Amino acid sequence: MIIATIAPLQAVALILCALAATAVALCLNPLRQIVLSGIYGLILTITFVTLQAPDVALSMLVVTTVAYPLVVLAAIGRTRRKQK
Amino acid sequence: MRDRHNVRGLLALPAVGGLGALLAWGFSGMPPFGSFHGFYGQLLNAIALPQRHTTNVVTAIVFDYRGFDTMGEEFILFAAVVGVVILMRGDNEQPTMLQRTDRVHSDAIRFFGVTMIGVGVLVGLWLAAFGLVTPGGGFQGGVAIASGIVVLFLSIGYPAWSKLAREEALDPFEGIGAGTYVAVGLAALISGAPFLHNLLGPGTPGTLWSGGSMAIINWGVAMEVAAANLLLYSEFLQRYLGPKE
Amino acid sequence: MNYLAFGVAAWIFCVGVYGAIVSRNLIHLALCLTVTQSSTYVLLLAIGYKHHAGAPIFKGVKLGTPAVDPVVQSLTLTDIVVSVTVVALVLALAVVAHEHSGTVDPDELASMEG
Repeated sequence: MIIATIAPLQAVALILCALAATAVALCLNPLRQIVLSGIYGLILTITFVTLQAPDVALSMLVVTTVAYPLVVLAAIGRTRRKQK
Repeated sequence: MRDRHNVRGLLALPAVGGLGALLAWGFSGMPPFGSFHGFYGQLLNAIALPQRHTTNVVTAIVFDYRGFDTMGEEFILFAAVVGVVILMRGDNEQPTMLQRTDRVHSDAIRFFGVTMIGVGVLVGLWLAAFGLVTPGGGFQGGVAIASGIVVLFLSIGYPAWSKLAREEALDPFEGIGAGTYVAVGLAALISGAPFLHNLLGPGTPGTLWSGGSMAIINWGVAMEVAAANLLLYSEFLQRYLGPKE
Repeated sequence: MNYLAFGVAAWIFCVGVYGAIVSRNLIHLALCLTVTQSSTYVLLLAIGYKHHAGAPIFKGVKLGTPAVDPVVQSLTLTDIVVSVTVVALVLALAVVAHEHSGTVDPDELASMEG
C-alpha cells in the first residue's frame, strides 16, 4: 500500500482545495453554494486519499454527498417561501 | 444598508489578513511537511495488531485506545439531535395535504430508487461490519446506512418515507446505540477492570470478530449514527414539505 | 513546497472566517463555518503525514512497514460525522428564526429585539 513520492499529486490536490474553498466562501447565493460545497467535499476526499487517510476520506465522502446537501437544501426550501 | 455591508467587508480584510499573518508565522515554526516523528502514533502502529488483533489501527484508536473521547463525541451527536428535534417541533402533528399527496411520478426513478436503497444499506452495513479490518467503521457505516434509507424519500415520495422514519421507530435505535457504549464500559467497571476495558478477549485478526468488545461498540455506534441522521432528515423534511404558511 | 499544506490550511481558515464576517444570509454563514472547520482537518492530516509511508491499515501488509500517524486520523473522522449534526442545529435555528421574523439576514435579525 506504499506509493512512492506522490508529492506532485498532493500539491495539485491542496491547491485545488484552496481554490474551491475560496469559491464556496465567496458565493453569496446559498443554492449555488451548496453545489460548490459538494464539489469542495469531493476535492477534499481526494486530498485525504493522497495524504494516506482512507478512513477520513470515506467519512468525508458519505457526509458531503448526502448529509450536507439534504439538510441545507431542506433549510433553503423552507426559508425561501415567505421571503418573496 | 448597502454601505454598511461594504464597510464591514473593507474592515474585515485587514483583520482577517492579520489573522492569516499570525497563522503563517505560527506554521513556519513547525517541522517541515512529511517529517512527523511523533512517538505515540508509531508505537500504536507497531502494537495495535499484536495487542488488539485489529488490522485497522485508526478504528482501534477510536474505539479502544481513545474510547472515552469517542463516547463524548457520540453524546455531542445525541445532544445536537435532541436540540434539533426540540427546535423543529411544531404544534400541528397532522399530515398536511402536501405531505399526503407527495408522490414521484416517474416509474424509472421509482424502480431505480428501490434498487439503490438495497445497495446503499448493504454498503453501509459492510462498511460498519468490516471497520476493524479495512477502512471503515461505525461512523462511516452509520451515515451510509442513513443515506441509503433516505433514498426512499427521494425516489418514492413523502408518505412512504414518513411511515418508515417515524420518531417512535428511530428513538429506540438511537437510545440503544448510545446506551451500548456506556453499558459495555460499565460492565467492565462492575467486574473490577477499568472503564471500557475489553472483557471478551481479543478475537481473531482479519475476521469480523476481532478486537473483543470493540466490535460491540462499533455496532452500537453504527446504529446510533444511522438513527440520529435519519431523525435529523425526518425533522428537516417534515418542515420542508409541511407548511405553517 | 515544505509548507504548502500548512499554508493552504491557513488560507482556507481565513477565507472561511472572512466569508462568515461578510455574510448576509444565515445559511451562507453555516456553510462558511463548515469551510473553516474543514481547514482544521487538512491541517491535522498534514501534521501527521510522513514521506514514503502508507496508510495505517495492516491487512495484507507486513507489520513494521512505515505508516502515517493514525492518531490525528481518528480525531478527524469522528469530527466530520459529528459536525453534520451541529451544522444541522445551526440551520434549524435559522429556519425557526425565519419563521418568527420572516428574514434570514443576520443584520435584520439583530435589530428585531423585543
